[in-house]
Amino acid sequence: MAMVEPRSTKYRVLASHLGMLCFIALILFPLLMIISISFRSGNFATGSLLPETPSLEHWSLALGIPYTDEAGNVTQPPFPVLLWLWNSVKIAVISSVLILALSTTSAYAFARMRFGGKGFVLKSMLIFQMFPPVLSLVALYALFDEIGNHVSWLGLNTHGAVIVASLGGMALHIWTIKGYFDSIDRSLEEAAIVDGATTWQAFRYILLPLSVPILMVVFILAFIMTIMEYPMASILLVDTNKLTLAVGAQQYLYEQNYLWGDFAAAAVLSGLPITLVFLYCQKWIVGGLTAGGVKG
Amino acid sequence: MLTETLSYPRAASKPLMSRNILKWGLMAILVSLALYLILALYAQREFVFAMLFLVLTASAVFVFVNRRMYAHRYIYPAVAGMTLFVIFPLMYTVGIGFTNYSASNLLSFERVQEQILARTYQSEAVRYGYELYQTEQGYVIYLEGQNQNFQSPPFSLENGNAEAVPLRPAASAPTGEPLAMRDIIKNRQALGALTLETEDGRMLTMVGLRDFAGIQPLYELSENGALTNQRTGVTYFPNHDTGFYQSAEGERLSPGWTVNTGWSNYERVITDPTISGPFLQIFAWTLAFSVFTVIFTLILGLLLANLLQWDQIRGKGFYRTMLILPYAVPAFISILVFKGLFNQNFGEINLVLENLFGLRPDWFSDPTMARSMILIVNTWLGYPYMMLLCMGLLQSIPRDLYEASAMDGAGPINNLMNITFPLILKPLAPLLIASFAFNFNNFVLIALLTGGAPDIIGASTPAGTTDLLVSYTYRIAFQDSGQNFGLAAAIATVIFVVVGALSLINLKLSKVKV
Repeated sequence: MAMVEPRSTKYRVLASHLGMLCFIALILFPLLMIISISFRSGNFATGSLLPETPSLEHWSLALGIPYTDEAGNVTQPPFPVLLWLWNSVKIAVISSVLILALSTTSAYAFARMRFGGKGFVLKSMLIFQMFPPVLSLVALYALFDEIGNHVSWLGLNTHGAVIVASLGGMALHIWTIKGYFDSIDRSLEEAAIVDGATTWQAFRYILLPLSVPILMVVFILAFIMTIMEYPMASILLVDTNKLTLAVGAQQYLYEQNYLWGDFAAAAVLSGLPITLVFLYCQKWIVGGLTAGGVKG
Repeated sequence: MLTETLSYPRAASKPLMSRNILKWGLMAILVSLALYLILALYAQREFVFAMLFLVLTASAVFVFVNRRMYAHRYIYPAVAGMTLFVIFPLMYTVGIGFTNYSASNLLSFERVQEQILARTYQSEAVRYGYELYQTEQGYVIYLEGQNQNFQSPPFSLENGNAEAVPLRPAASAPTGEPLAMRDIIKNRQALGALTLETEDGRMLTMVGLRDFAGIQPLYELSENGALTNQRTGVTYFPNHDTGFYQSAEGERLSPGWTVNTGWSNYERVITDPTISGPFLQIFAWTLAFSVFTVIFTLILGLLLANLLQWDQIRGKGFYRTMLILPYAVPAFISILVFKGLFNQNFGEINLVLENLFGLRPDWFSDPTMARSMILIVNTWLGYPYMMLLCMGLLQSIPRDLYEASAMDGAGPINNLMNITFPLILKPLAPLLIASFAFNFNNFVLIALLTGGAPDIIGASTPAGTTDLLVSYTYRIAFQDSGQNFGLAAAIATVIFVVVGALSLINLKLSKVKV
């Protein structure tokens, strides 16, 4: 498009580039620093951005391999990082599959069927979802304590409890999927039903295949939300071996026990895959953030 | 028309017989499991929970059996999940706010009574010296009292006797040599766990290496519900206002039980200066924190979005990926990274500041610095989201508006203030409110970065100058030694009201249609 351009444009472009590069340098500083720290020896040493005495001790510990230094001293890994990562991934995968299954079927009903109290249920879901679950932690704690007395895999200090608790946050996903379903023409399913398909078949074979993109987005969003969930997991999980990454990572930085270098390696090791997944999926996520609202 | 057809299952599609059996069988199994849970809860006097599961099961059966509720079958699991994990905890929390539920008042009245009645003491009046004999059938114990002697049948000391060993009156000691002192010392632990029962039902346990003595319940329950201490003779009456057994002098027996205390938790929040002072301070900081976060992230996000939107800039993909990085790194990791970088003594940020300007700020012990640090970190974490939103919204602004303004000789600042900002403000408003609400409750940031430190001086509850209302509530409930769940729940209720109002406004502003 031919814009009217003032003469100062060239300098402004240059200034913008410079400004953005400076800003990016500032933004990247903490991230580069943590990578650098993970390669430094010792837990307290400060140094330049490029480590003067590069060492793999923190990486070896983060991967769960005891580290032997030149003097022959063996350091044991302080925490089971890989196990935490596995716990997080396990919880996140199971709960996002459940969230996806349940929120898709409810979104279908909300988008396509007519029944009493529909608007009320939808709106109240949205309002209740705004309340921070941190505030009802006491009640959730009591609830799982009580359930755990009768159903052992759902009690305190079990992954089952964290998975089930994460199902409470479904309303947002229901809204997002419903928004997408609304944008698909009903006549497709209508035709299938005229041809003798049941309601369920119309949903399963017509609507679902058309909605794969939004289902992907919801899955990724639910996955990331569960991976990052901190307060609930910190109350429900107790044993070191059962912690998720979000709860466990904190253990490195207690005032009395400041394992800065070990934390750095563990952080890069566990943060990198999530970051890469996020960057890879960012265009869908951005789409998903607005899809529900725009098409409602 | 269509919705009508969709709402009911078609009569033509008859499921097979076997599928029907499977369906009903599965349902029967699930219902009986749920009923078992409800009965178990009821038996344990957890009426609230029993009620909750009863309602859930009943509604499930109703929805899945009733053909006219076909549409509700699809939404039932989600609605039940919301009820169980969002709405019920919310109601329960509001309920707890009106009680004195805390570490000292954790149990129900019946459980407290049981616990206190189970306490025993050793009556010094009856003491028995004893001898232990080893026979072929096992050990035999012989007790020697002042006017009566007892002997036990052979028993084993190995598998920690759970049942009391019965005693029978004996005229004389059994034949054979009693065990020497060192063998008794060897078996001390097993002997200590041993309970002996006389024929008239008195219980005896070991009080010293050489003695057994009778144990008796410490408290006796009288008709009017009062408990009398058998040793001191003091009578304690149950006080259902405070939730403790109290003597006439006001002495309390712990533990206490949970009772309804009405508005007293709310009154404490308002009237007790050691609570209301910190509460107001934290409330003000929470508001300031949320407002500043929204403003800073919006300014930064809008500015960057504008730059990235500009035709003249090359390499947009690169800039975008770099600028989005703070959003992509998991928050719990970047917050902890900042916690280390800001560390006063060996953090890299202070190192840089000292080398450049000779400064060494106390990021964690000075309230102002701690608050600035939190705002810096949260702006770092939050601007990419705003940037993404603004980029989306900027695309909807017609380009010829800028063309026209360029003709009139307007600069970029004029464009921003008179075209861009007014046009995106309307669609942005509900999102800004949502961002405000999110940061109002930004628990993870505070918990991982400062934990609320530095503390407010003179507060009677754990309260920090950087605590937000949520983290403050969390600390009262889980980190305070008294674990004052009642007070925490009252404060949570206050926050519920604030956030509820916010989300209603949000719903109105965004004009959501169902």
